[in-house]
Amino acid sequence: MSKLQQVFSKGKAFIPFITAGDPSLEVTERLMFKMAEAGADLIELGVPFSDPIAEGPVIQAASERALAAGVTTDKILAMVGRMRKSCQVPVALMTYVNPIFTYGTERFLKKCQAVGIAAVIVPDVPFEEREELLPFCPTYGVDLISMIAPTSNRRIRMIASEAQGFIYCVSSLGVTGVRHKIGSIVEQMIKQVKEVKEIPCAIGFGVSQPEQAKELARFADGVIVGSAIVKIIGQYGAGCVPHVVEYVRSMKNSIN
Amino acid sequence: MLNGRFGIHGGQYVPETLMSAIGELEEAYSHYRNDPGFQEELAALLHNYAGRPSLLYFAEKMTADLNGAKIYLKREDLNHTGSHKINNVLGQALLAKYMGKTRVIAETGAGQHGVAAATAAALMGMDCEIFMGQEDIERQRLNVYRMELLGAQVHAVTSGTRTLKDAVNETMREWTKRVADTHYVLGSVMGPHPFPTMVRDFQSVIGREVKQQLLQKEGRLPDVLLACVGGGSNAIGLFYDFIAEPGVRLIGCEAAGRGIDSTETAATITTGTLGIFHGMKSYFCQDRYGQIAPVYSISAGLDYPGVGPEHAQLHDTGRAEYVPITDHEAVEAFEYLSQVEGIIPAIESAHALAYAIKIAPAMRKDQIMVVNLSGRGDKDVAAIARYRGEQIDV
Repeated sequence: MSKLQQVFSKGKAFIPFITAGDPSLEVTERLMFKMAEAGADLIELGVPFSDPIAEGPVIQAASERALAAGVTTDKILAMVGRMRKSCQVPVALMTYVNPIFTYGTERFLKKCQAVGIAAVIVPDVPFEEREELLPFCPTYGVDLISMIAPTSNRRIRMIASEAQGFIYCVSSLGVTGVRHKIGSIVEQMIKQVKEVKEIPCAIGFGVSQPEQAKELARFADGVIVGSAIVKIIGQYGAGCVPHVVEYVRSMKNSIN
Repeated sequence: MLNGRFGIHGGQYVPETLMSAIGELEEAYSHYRNDPGFQEELAALLHNYAGRPSLLYFAEKMTADLNGAKIYLKREDLNHTGSHKINNVLGQALLAKYMGKTRVIAETGAGQHGVAAATAAALMGMDCEIFMGQEDIERQRLNVYRMELLGAQVHAVTSGTRTLKDAVNETMREWTKRVADTHYVLGSVMGPHPFPTMVRDFQSVIGREVKQQLLQKEGRLPDVLLACVGGGSNAIGLFYDFIAEPGVRLIGCEAAGRGIDSTETAATITTGTLGIFHGMKSYFCQDRYGQIAPVYSISAGLDYPGVGPEHAQLHDTGRAEYVPITDHEAVEAFEYLSQVEGIIPAIESAHALAYAIKIAPAMRKDQIMVVNLSGRGDKDVAAIARYRGEQIDV
């Protein structure tokens, strides 16, 4: 059974994203504990990459800060292993294909299993290249999360039919970042998914306000928020934890 | 994973948001590459507008001076806009027009591709936006103004290392924001399929002409082909028609910057490792965690941490050789050609000339070498003066 099932079993899921090592791994670890306490159902943890082509300026800057502070894949995996000994919130790693491939795809997924990571989200591995990662995923019990976008159209059926864990629905064109309006297209996208497969759908890219999250939760199974949280971390640095906790609580309350 | 593979290299590693645009491009290209109307229109543009065929010039003085192989220069520097880049942009801009796109975007390093893209966009009445690293904007002010003069909007990229790699990142981000009316005119044989194949096809006119011109002049094929390699478009353009000719040595010259033992290098095949980045599996300069390394070369056009997937395969199979050339060697070759032949080469092309100068003396006089003079060097004059300790205003 997928480790992700519990995420969507207690109502609408709230999924915060943070970049590991921004501003330090110690702060990241504390944030994960506190966000779980504040109601996060799944934590999407970014393994920073030097050239994050799917990210807007906010998460790009966080990746640069984390790498400059000396964070590495090994240090992040060790931290997750430590954290999960006393906190059961599921964790999905978000990174780009090169850090995984260069680490050794099988070695990476084996370590993910060892530290209890439930899933990986890799934006630059589309459906057509899934064989790069997929063959190792069942062996190590790690789900490969599929993404769909407003431009996916006919591709949605194909992607949904083979999806595992949940589907990451990209709400709008472009890169990650706060947006004020999210079109109704994403509602249609989710409808198309559900016609093919009963799998949870979480919406990300551009979500920042509680009212917006509430609106999206009408038709989505979960809401993913990245840039809005990373912005708070960027603003308060090491003192960000209470501010992030307050934000996560308000978002979680708004969707349930 | 069959699409666009060169051995184990290539592929389509891009976000889902771009997959439909790439699929649409793939479909349009496979249609128009065999469409006589499209090919005729492109051939007419290359002839009437870009000035093709470019000359194959016998460098008699250089040959006499080096006292070895007979040296020919393929004069891509004489094309309209001053480099081989025009071959690719005319092909892609025409394709974009056939596809109903009204806007093109492009990355640029030295500015040669940006100028070429802005030129093609002006000619075809399309909007054009160019993304260029802040560092390169400072190195190549003249080209920035040239692009603006052609009606393009130039965006400074201030993320990462502020050079070509970051310009590619930003252009890809821009494409994900607006795909419906926009075509990304990628400047080299890199990126996701179909770009490496499509750009190679558009550049392969170089090698086809060389074959014809040399058969006419010498009645035989060359012994050695030399070209500089950043992403590798002028090199693959020269090599492609000769890959099936086993008697022809293919040599790509990479930018070693301050040396392959230093961290200030961009010699990807010599110093890099296998990775997946910018849509393709290939060789990249990176650390052991897969973080892309900051690279360096005096040449903004070769200052890129990856190499096109077809070159990676030619390296794997041993069909082509790749050699590193330092800044110093390239600058000396830049000055050498200026003085010996009265031709100022692009600093990129000077990397290939530097290797020609190294190996020609040891070759027999009946052997023939063709060096791709991929661009002209006017844009580099200020940087070379700086390298020699002189400050001149441009």
